[in-house]
Amino acid sequence: MDEEATLRIASTVNGRAVRSLVPVRQSLVDWLRDGLGLTGTHVGCAHGACGACHVVLDGRVVRGCLVLAVQADGAVVGTIEHAGASPIGAALQDAFFERAALQCGFCTPGMILQAAELLEADPAPSREAIREALSGNLCRCTGYHAIIDAVETAASRLRA
Amino acid sequence: MTAWIGRRLPRAETRRLVAGRGRYVDDQAAARGGGGESHAAFLRSPYPHAEFHFTDLEAARAMPGVDAVLTAEDLVGVCRGWTCPDLVYPGLVSPEQHPLAPGRAAYQGEPVALVLASTRAEAEDAVERIAVEWEGLPACTELASALEPGAASVHPGLASNLGWSTQLGTDLDAVFAAAALVVEAEIGFARVTGVTLEPRGLVARWDPSVGALELRISHQMPHQLQLHLAELLGVDQARVRVICEDVGGGFGLKMHVYQDEMAACAASKLLGRPVRFIADRMESLMADIHAREHIVRGRMAVDAAGRILGFDVDDLQGLGAYSIYPRSSTREALSALHAVGAPYKFGHYRARLRCALQNKVPTGQLRAVGHPIGCAITEALVEAAARARGEAPLAFRRRNLLAGADQPWTSPSGARLFGLSHHACLERLEAMLAGVDAEVAAGRAAGRCLGLGVAALVEFTAPGARSYGASGAPVAAMDSVAATLEMSGEVTVRASVSELGQGIRQGLAQVMADAMGVDAGRVHVTSGDTQAVPHGGGAWASRGAAIGGEAAWRAGVALKAVVLRAAAALLQTVPERLRVEAGRVLDEAGQDRMGLDEIARIVTLRGYELPDGVQPQLSVTAAYRREQDANLPNNGIQACLVEVDRDTGMVRVLRHWVVFDCGRALNPLLVEEQVRGGVVMGLGEALWEACEYDAAGQFVSGTLADYRVPMSAEMPDIAVALVETPYEGSVVGAKGAGEAGACAAPAAALNAVNDALAEDGVVMTALPITPLAVLRALGRV
Repeated sequence: MDEEATLRIASTVNGRAVRSLVPVRQSLVDWLRDGLGLTGTHVGCAHGACGACHVVLDGRVVRGCLVLAVQADGAVVGTIEHAGASPIGAALQDAFFERAALQCGFCTPGMILQAAELLEADPAPSREAIREALSGNLCRCTGYHAIIDAVETAASRLRA
Repeated sequence: MTAWIGRRLPRAETRRLVAGRGRYVDDQAAARGGGGESHAAFLRSPYPHAEFHFTDLEAARAMPGVDAVLTAEDLVGVCRGWTCPDLVYPGLVSPEQHPLAPGRAAYQGEPVALVLASTRAEAEDAVERIAVEWEGLPACTELASALEPGAASVHPGLASNLGWSTQLGTDLDAVFAAAALVVEAEIGFARVTGVTLEPRGLVARWDPSVGALELRISHQMPHQLQLHLAELLGVDQARVRVICEDVGGGFGLKMHVYQDEMAACAASKLLGRPVRFIADRMESLMADIHAREHIVRGRMAVDAAGRILGFDVDDLQGLGAYSIYPRSSTREALSALHAVGAPYKFGHYRARLRCALQNKVPTGQLRAVGHPIGCAITEALVEAAARARGEAPLAFRRRNLLAGADQPWTSPSGARLFGLSHHACLERLEAMLAGVDAEVAAGRAAGRCLGLGVAALVEFTAPGARSYGASGAPVAAMDSVAATLEMSGEVTVRASVSELGQGIRQGLAQVMADAMGVDAGRVHVTSGDTQAVPHGGGAWASRGAAIGGEAAWRAGVALKAVVLRAAAALLQTVPERLRVEAGRVLDEAGQDRMGLDEIARIVTLRGYELPDGVQPQLSVTAAYRREQDANLPNNGIQACLVEVDRDTGMVRVLRHWVVFDCGRALNPLLVEEQVRGGVVMGLGEALWEACEYDAAGQFVSGTLADYRVPMSAEMPDIAVALVETPYEGSVVGAKGAGEAGACAAPAAALNAVNDALAEDGVVMTALPITPLAVLRALGRV
C-alpha cells in the first residue's frame, strides 16, 4: 500500500490560526484530538449517533466524527476548550456544574456546544424544545432531567 | 456532626469536565519510551462458533506502520489463560479463556488476532489483510432452546449446555393448592449492555528493564485489576501499577477480565513497548459484557384476605460462552432470585435456576445486578393479584409491604431485611400521585391509551466479604482512606473507592469535612491509582458511601485526634478541652486558639516548637469492613405513567416518580441524579434496549442506531423524593444509592403498559416492549 495520502490545511481553531498536514481520511475529531491536543472533544461512537464529538464548524454544530479534517480547510472551528469565551458557553458551563448536570462528563462537551447553539437561536426555549435540541446527544449517566434544568437555568440567567 | 453531610453541593471536580479538561484514558498524550506506542486493533470472530487457522499473516505484517501481528501462540508463556471456578457455586462449568482464542472461537466478537501499528487506522487496515480459514461449527445462541436435547454444543465435549443449576427454598405445592388466589407471570428479558459513553480503553507500558507494568485504563477497580494482572502475567503485585483517571461511565461493565485488555497488556510485555487499545463502539457493543438474558416464570399465592403466601419462581439464564472472570456470570441470577418478593412479607419461597451456556459474549454484572429481574417478576405478580382481586394496586401493596414492626426479618428466601421504610415511601408516593388517577381517567375517556404502573423495590447493597471472599474471587469488600493534613490546612484524602461520575469523591469530602472539622471545599479527594491509594474495592454494588464513607469518617476522626494532641501539646492543655471547627482549633470557651495550617507548619517545618516526645503523624489511614449484616438493603417505590399508541405500538413515558430511601444521603443532589440516571437506564431496558442476534447467531445490534439507548426527547421529567432511614450499624448511616433507580423502573414501566392495555385484554410478557410486540399483542400485525 502507498504512503498515507495527506493534504495541507489552514484553519482557525479556537481563535488561533492553525496550519496542519492531515491524512485525507482523518476525521475532524481525530485531528483535533491527536493533531492539536484538543482532547475535550470525545469520540463516543465514531458513527454519528452519540454527539460526544460535537464541535462548531463555521458557526454550526457538527459531528466531528462525520466530518473530515480536510473539510476544515479555510474554516473556523470551535471546541469545548473555547466555549467559556462566549457568555452563552460560560453560562452553560456554570449551570451544568451547579445543577450536577453531568456525571462521568464524557458527553458534556458535546452537550454544552449543542445547547449553546440552541440558546443562540432561541433564548427562551421550552423544556420540550431543549429535549428536542439535545436529542442527538447521548448521556448514559444523568437521565437528562438535570441537563434540561441546567439549560433552562442558563437561558434564564442570560435573559436577565 | 452534620454540617456538610447531607448538603446539596455540586461536585468540585466537574469544573474540569465542563471545561473540556477531563483526563479520560485516550486523552493521555502519546506514550513515549520503548520505541513509542503501538495502537491495537483486533481481528474478532465473525462467527458465533468456529474453528480457524491462519493461512497468511505476512501480508498483514507487511502493511505500512505495522509493528506486530500476534495470535494466541505468540502469547503462550506471556499471559496465562483463566477459568472462573466459584467456590460458592460448586460444579459451575467454566471453560478456560485466553487473551486470544486458540484455534476455536466460541462467540462472535471473540478476539483471535491482534495487530499493533503506528495508528489505529493502520492497525485496522492490517487486520483486514489477515488471511484466516474459518470452519463454522454448529452454534447455540437462543436461550429458550439452549438446554433442549439436540441443542448444538457451545463447547466440544460438553454433556449439555447447562452451566449451573440450583434449587432454593422449600416445597410449597400444598400452600399453592390451598391458596385462595394464585397468579402467574412469565417475562422474557432481552440481553442488554452498559454502553458507557467512554468505551473500554487502556495504555499499557511494560518496562522490561525492571519487569514492571504501568497500566492506564478506564476501569472501576484498580486494585482488583492489579491482582489479576499480577496473576495472569506472572508479575509481582507491587510491579503492577494501575491508574484510572477520569472514567467515562462504568455501570458494572468495566470490572471484568476481558480478553482484549489482557491481550493488549500481554503484547506490551512481549514487545517491551507501550500499547494503546481503545475499543470502538462496534466492538464495545459486541464484546463488552452483556447482561440480563433471562426467561422467568413466577407464581404467587395469595390468601382470601389478600395477603401474599408465597412465591414460586423458575429462572432460565443465558450465561454466554464463558462464566465471566472473576465474579462469574451466575451471580446475576442468584441476585435476581434473592430479590424476588423482597419488599413483602410472605411465608413460602421456592426457586429453580438453570444457567445455560451459549455461543454469545459472556454476561456479567450490570447496574443493579439481577434486581430488575427479581423486581419485575415480583411486581408483575403483585399487579396481577391486585387486578384479580379488583382492588387498587397501592392498597394491595400497603397490606403486604414489610412493616417497620416486622423488622428485622429474615425472609423465606434467606434475605435479611431491616431499616426499611416501605410504608413511609408509599405514603409519599401517594401524595406525589395526587390527581394522576383523575388525569388517567379523563385521558381514557378522551380515547387515550394511558397506563399507570407501580413497583416497590428492595436492593441489597454494599455486600461484605462473605459474598466474593468466600467464592475465591479477588474482590475486596473493604475500603481504605488515607488522610493527610497539608500545611495549607487543607486535607488530602486518598481513597480506594473509585469515581466513575457518581460523585463519591464529593461525598467523601463532605464526610471528611464533618469528621475533621474543616470546610468541604478544603478537602481534596483522589482515587484510582494503586500506587497512590491503599487497597480497597473500588466501585461495585453501591458501596462507596456505605463502606468508603465509613472509612473516610474513621480516617477523619483519627486525624483530628492527632491534630488535637499536637495542639494540646503546643497550647499546654489537654485534647479533651479543644475542638476543631472550620479548620480552627477552639478551646472550651469557644476562643480561637490556632489554625490547622499552623499546626501542620509547626509539625512539618518547626518541630523544635513541639515538646519532647511528641511526634504527630499528619497522615493516617483507616480501613473499614462491616462486621455485621451481609449487605445493606435499601428500599423505594416508583410509578410510571405511559401512553401507548395503538396504531404504531409506540410507548411514550409521560412521567415517572420515585421515592427512595438509601439511609443517610451524603449529598441529596447527587443521590437524586443517581436515581434519575438509573431510572432512565431501566426505562431503556423496558422499552428499547436489546442485544439482538439473528437466527444464524449473528449479532445485529452493532451500532447505536441498532442498539437503542434512551435519548432526551423520549425521556420524561422524573420526580424524586428521598426518605432517610440511616443504617444503624455505622456512624455515617449510608446505604447504597447508585443502582436502585435501575431496579424498579423496568417493572414500573411494564406494569404501566399492561395497565394501559388491560382493557384490550393484553399482557406484555417480554422486555423490551417494542412497538412490534405491542402491535402483535393487539392483533394489529
